[in-house]
Amino acid sequence: MTVTETKPPVAPTATEPASTVPPSRGSRFTGAAANYIDERTSISGLVKELGRKIFPDHWSFMLGEVALYSFVVILLSGTFLTFFFQPSMASVNYAGSYPPLKGLDMSAAYSSTLNISFDIRGGLLFRQIHHWAALLFIAAIGLHMLRVYFTGAFRKPRELNWVIGFVLFVLAMAEGFTGYSLPDDLLSGNGLRIIDGLIKGIPVVGTWISYLLFGGEFPGTKVVALFYSVHILLLPAILVAALGLHLLLMVVNKHTQFAGPGRTNENVVGVPILPTFAAKAGGFFFVVFGVIVLIASLFTINPIWTYGPYDPSPVSAGTQPDWYIGFADGMLRLIPPGWEIVWLNHTWSFNIIIVILVLPLFLGLVAFYPFIEGWITGDKREHHIAERPRNAPTRTAIGAAGVTFYAVLWAAASSDLMATHFQITIEGVIHVLQALFFLGPIIAFFVTKRICLGLQKKDHEIALHGFESGRIVRLPGGEYIEVHEQLDDYERWRLVSYNEYKPVMLRPDSKGRITAGERARAALSRWFFEDRISPVTTTDIERSAGHH
Amino acid sequence: MAKNTTARTSGTANRRGRRHPLATVALLVIGLLSTGGAYALFTGTASAAPATVHTQASTEEGKKLFAANCATCHGLSAQGVAGVAPSLYGVGAASVDFQVGTGRMPLANQGPQAEQKPVQFTNEQIASLAQYVASLAPGPGIPSSKYLQANGNSSTGAELFRINCAMCHNVAGAGGALTEGKFAPALSGVLPQHIYEAMVTGPQNMPVFNDKNLTPTQKADIITYLKYLDKNPSPGGFDLGNLGPVAEGLFIWIFGLGAVVGVTIWIAAKAN
Amino acid sequence: MAQHDDGGENATAGSAVVKSEPPVVSPGTAVIPSDAFENPGLPPHRLRATDLDPHKDRVAERRVYTLFFLSIVGSLFAVASYVAFPIIPGNTMSVRLNTLMLGLGIALGLLAIGIGAIYWSKNLMRGDELTESRHPIRGSAATRERAVEIFKEGNEESGFGRRTLIRNTLIGALVATPLPAVVLFRDLAPAADPVAQLEHTMWAKGTRLTHDPTGVPIKAADVTLGSVFHVIPEGLNDKADRLEEKAKAAVLLMRLLPADLHISPGRESWNYNGIVAYSKICTHVGCPVALYEQQTHHLLCPCHSSTFDVTNECEVIFGPAKRPLPQLPIAVDSEGYLVAQSDFHEPVGPSFWERT
Repeated sequence: MTVTETKPPVAPTATEPASTVPPSRGSRFTGAAANYIDERTSISGLVKELGRKIFPDHWSFMLGEVALYSFVVILLSGTFLTFFFQPSMASVNYAGSYPPLKGLDMSAAYSSTLNISFDIRGGLLFRQIHHWAALLFIAAIGLHMLRVYFTGAFRKPRELNWVIGFVLFVLAMAEGFTGYSLPDDLLSGNGLRIIDGLIKGIPVVGTWISYLLFGGEFPGTKVVALFYSVHILLLPAILVAALGLHLLLMVVNKHTQFAGPGRTNENVVGVPILPTFAAKAGGFFFVVFGVIVLIASLFTINPIWTYGPYDPSPVSAGTQPDWYIGFADGMLRLIPPGWEIVWLNHTWSFNIIIVILVLPLFLGLVAFYPFIEGWITGDKREHHIAERPRNAPTRTAIGAAGVTFYAVLWAAASSDLMATHFQITIEGVIHVLQALFFLGPIIAFFVTKRICLGLQKKDHEIALHGFESGRIVRLPGGEYIEVHEQLDDYERWRLVSYNEYKPVMLRPDSKGRITAGERARAALSRWFFEDRISPVTTTDIERSAGHH
Repeated sequence: MAKNTTARTSGTANRRGRRHPLATVALLVIGLLSTGGAYALFTGTASAAPATVHTQASTEEGKKLFAANCATCHGLSAQGVAGVAPSLYGVGAASVDFQVGTGRMPLANQGPQAEQKPVQFTNEQIASLAQYVASLAPGPGIPSSKYLQANGNSSTGAELFRINCAMCHNVAGAGGALTEGKFAPALSGVLPQHIYEAMVTGPQNMPVFNDKNLTPTQKADIITYLKYLDKNPSPGGFDLGNLGPVAEGLFIWIFGLGAVVGVTIWIAAKAN
Repeated sequence: MAQHDDGGENATAGSAVVKSEPPVVSPGTAVIPSDAFENPGLPPHRLRATDLDPHKDRVAERRVYTLFFLSIVGSLFAVASYVAFPIIPGNTMSVRLNTLMLGLGIALGLLAIGIGAIYWSKNLMRGDELTESRHPIRGSAATRERAVEIFKEGNEESGFGRRTLIRNTLIGALVATPLPAVVLFRDLAPAADPVAQLEHTMWAKGTRLTHDPTGVPIKAADVTLGSVFHVIPEGLNDKADRLEEKAKAAVLLMRLLPADLHISPGRESWNYNGIVAYSKICTHVGCPVALYEQQTHHLLCPCHSSTFDVTNECEVIFGPAKRPLPQLPIAVDSEGYLVAQSDFHEPVGPSFWERT
């Protein structure tokens, strides 16, 4: 910044005669402090730029905030835990205060987690805050992703931010899993045992990856220390960086908003950061934090003292991973017997290979969906209006199919609990879920698409003919009709402001050829946009008025 | 639950087209309190009166009771009926006391396994039945009360429980699934005597844990641990049925995220 | 972001719908109707009760500061609880009380701030909506041109494109630098070959079968019909790598009627009067398969529901596992104790690539 002024910068001193009321001591101090900081950081530019930036107001736009705030809670509570936790698998004899474990040999990691739970005031509370916040963090990310997906908020210019968000989701799961493994209790140890088995099934490199991860044979004495570094240093560092980028891009792109009167693709309608949004978002942080603490003070999570120290021989009925890893565990359970062969003098464990192929394929589709849809529509415009899910029936149906697919895998991870709680056989649960693995997404797709088109049709009707007023009128001829009342402009705008796409027409390119890529795009485009309801136009209204 | 009702009435009183601004918060509190209450109810450890009285039991009486209530399936002389019910020679008094004393026998209907029902006989009648069946052939008897005092070593008991029992009954004794619709029942509130008898006799598909496998002292330790769990509620608060990560995951999605989403709706709603 | 207009202070609500020139970028297959509806603009602003009624305004103000005051009370309550509800060693109820009271205090401190701030912003801060215009995300034509120019200048001044040898060797060098890091991870694990270790367990000819976890040897006569014993090899508890050995050597011992066992040729001598020993480690991904049903003789793995049939040498009858559980050949020594005849005849536990 080049300062061209000749007179000294205005300091809020008593020499300022502008206002009739002399500034109070407090405001003089604030002014002086602000001046001090600005002269060293030029922060006023930032305040001018962002201070009155507008944020649209809708409840679903706050789901990402929930994830962000849970993450802050995780960082705070996790830092507290690091002061007491010992990431070591060295064997110690428990001399803490929980009677049913006294005198047992266990790892220092498990013993120190017990001490956090039973000997440090607030230790158990903070363990529970940390764990509940982690569950909420990933759940909120999931819901946030669903909101972004179903409103098409991933379209240009936000495709990259979708991918960054996806990376955050994967990092969060990795954080969750490494954290789950740290106490070295029976449950997490069996979780690691499953990971070990899963890794060993990877062709060519599996045995060696497992050997390096566990520092020798499973369970070894290294994995807790390794996971600890990854959990508190490596992953959080990447997560914070990706989170910063995610938020920065959100500011650059500005938030999407739902279609509504006065809201266009060229503006943002909402509340300014200072003061309204800051108060709401800041207050919301405290509410999220408070809800997590409330849950943590009332409900037990991961009672490691009942699981006991890790030992490869015992296991508990109902051994499950935390919810976000459930889909992977469920996929493992759904493989039918016998999917393993010995070929070329090597073991091919397809009961594992299939799992480690299908899950990344599914996640990959999620990550790259914006580019796939962008390619099909060929739409290069910027989109800042969040679409109502019904106005993109095929996308919504694909989303519903994806959610169903995930839900089937997720449910499979609790097949044993479903069996005992609904008094059915465990084999029956698995067989039904195996069928749903294929049928569920297909059914969900068609049902959702029909529902969307139905809703669109209803919107179309209402926009065109108005709504039923409930007033019955007798016509001169004796006929009774219900009077339809027309919508006002504001109400109608919500129903008619959306994009319609038509399927791609296959046309030869400049060289007179039709490429395979174009063919694929045309086929997908037809699949996407064959069934569609056009938004009502002014012409439609005029024509409809003419009829009556 | 007083809070529950007051919050609800004030909510209706302030109804003016929109919900009271604090309604969401009240709902949140109600939700948390009522689920907590529900879980407290579910995990409550109400148990039947102890069945240790041995007055007036007689083999004669037992024989009559057997003929009237058990012989249809097990045969008039308890020899068993192929494909219907096993022979009771050698099952011992422990087996009868467990099966009849927990209401599993008489069997209501054929299923994957005998369900627990309200007990159909008095303590004297059960003792008579047990005495009669024990008189047919030697078998495990009613355990000595010195192993049932729950005053053993809970640490040893916990370790033995994890190695021998937790794979079916869950580490906290919450129960679990077996194959083809069978299940291992939850153990909270089960009488020490019945726990002991189950280990000795191996009811249904449960394996037998004879005195060489788990010595009587070790069995007493396991009982001590289970009774410790019954007496000491989870230090972390309501235990969500001790069902592990599945219950925790459902809870955070339904109540945790549910509460937070409720708050977002309140935040985004325009004030009156 | 550079040109930012001043929040648009309720200026051109709705009229922001400027019919701009046709988009320069392709709308793809989107249909742009000429007779679409016009955006009607922002609806009129509705005033809140606090805007209209000074009394309501004061009530709202009082609520906000009461909440903030309540928050202070909550935080102080938490501090007091820390002292007032100490943990008494061995008393889990005291832990529960400490957790509960401390948590409730902190939760109140946080929730009251949060609810207060939100209530403040909803009822007392400005209530109407503001409009801000968006600008295309891409830089302006001039900016982009200049950016390209800068790269060109950089290229010319450095000769990055021209001096190809410098450029290519630099790329090569950058690709090579991370390689040492890959090598460095080798020493995470010891030098020994993992495959050789996976193929053997502690069991050897004459090793006694002992109780898990006590290590007391088991006599054949102890194993009655319907029993299941959780077994470790003798001497395991004294091993330095106890858990690693246990993860391979854990065994399940059961006694069935000899007539119930279907034994394949070559394994006739592996059981002792119907007493059979099988590896407890699942051949799927390694959980302990420990759920033995004494009437159906099924073994169930609680992790992924693989089910094994003990009467048929533990072949898989349900679930994702493929291979039967490996059988440990057993015999009885001169004192009547059960001993292993040898190690397992195949690697135990999950499959791995080098396994044949």
